[in-house]
Amino acid sequence: MSEAIMSSQAMETAPFDPRFPNQNQTKYCYQSYVDFQRCQKLKGDDYEPCQYFKKVFQSICPNAWVEKWDEQLENGSFPGKI
Amino acid sequence: MATWTFLGLQDGASPLMEQLIFFHDHIMVVLIMIITFVGYMLASVLSNSLINRFMLEHQTIELIWTAVPAIILIFIALPSLRLLYLLDEVNNPSITLKTVGHQWYWSYEYSDFLNVEFDSYMTPTNELDLSGFRLLDVDNRTVLPMNTQIRIVITAADVIHSWTVPALGVKADAIPGRLNQTSFLMSRPGLFYGQCSEICGANHSFMPIVIESVNTNSFLNWISSYSD
Repeated sequence: MSEAIMSSQAMETAPFDPRFPNQNQTKYCYQSYVDFQRCQKLKGDDYEPCQYFKKVFQSICPNAWVEKWDEQLENGSFPGKI
Repeated sequence: MATWTFLGLQDGASPLMEQLIFFHDHIMVVLIMIITFVGYMLASVLSNSLINRFMLEHQTIELIWTAVPAIILIFIALPSLRLLYLLDEVNNPSITLKTVGHQWYWSYEYSDFLNVEFDSYMTPTNELDLSGFRLLDVDNRTVLPMNTQIRIVITAADVIHSWTVPALGVKADAIPGRLNQTSFLMSRPGLFYGQCSEICGANHSFMPIVIESVNTNSFLNWISSYSD
């Protein structure tokens, strides 16, 4: 990957969310993941604004959690309502 | 980092840690003054065999030794509350680092743009360089940019651990199923060491943390070379 793609101006991460102002960010991760799935279901896979939720959960959620949830979604055992 | 016989706080590498050190030093002055005064009073009373038969219900001195401690406490409470609120300030991080505690190593994930993941094991003593730090050096250091607000999200995969870097004034428990967030900024380049701070089994003392603080360009070079 060339460095031009990643300049310091491009160093961006999930923003502060006032719904989750404290130390425990578990809900921020889970909510972003669920919101992404619901957004995709409602608006379709090509709807660009859904990618905001994806950016957030990729930054905040541990990869192991995301992989587990993706697997659960695939086999229909994801506990949340999409 | 601490070598043996280190009793005090490590040099601060973040603005918040510097404030914590100033507060600690301020409180220490107050405490030493109180102890010296009380110690002197105690020594003079113990070494004096005379008794004052007419000292009863001395209102003035009662007033003084109630009001003066109250004032001293105000001198302690005001900086304390200022610091307490300073530590809780909301800031906008530029980068998020995730760390997961395992038995007995830390794994790190940088997922903001490229997905960089690696494990960080302690260097065993028999494989250490002559210049290496026993029980503190790791195989893969966590490289981070300096002068950048960093959000760190901490969790664990098995039992409770705790992630800490004393020079940055950061400590938070790593609890399975929970994401604990804390934030810091490194004001200078260098290596900052920490050790797991929650008992987690046989090798609890052997899963250290090393942060390598570099300038932003070096960080970007490092992260792009990692994913290639």
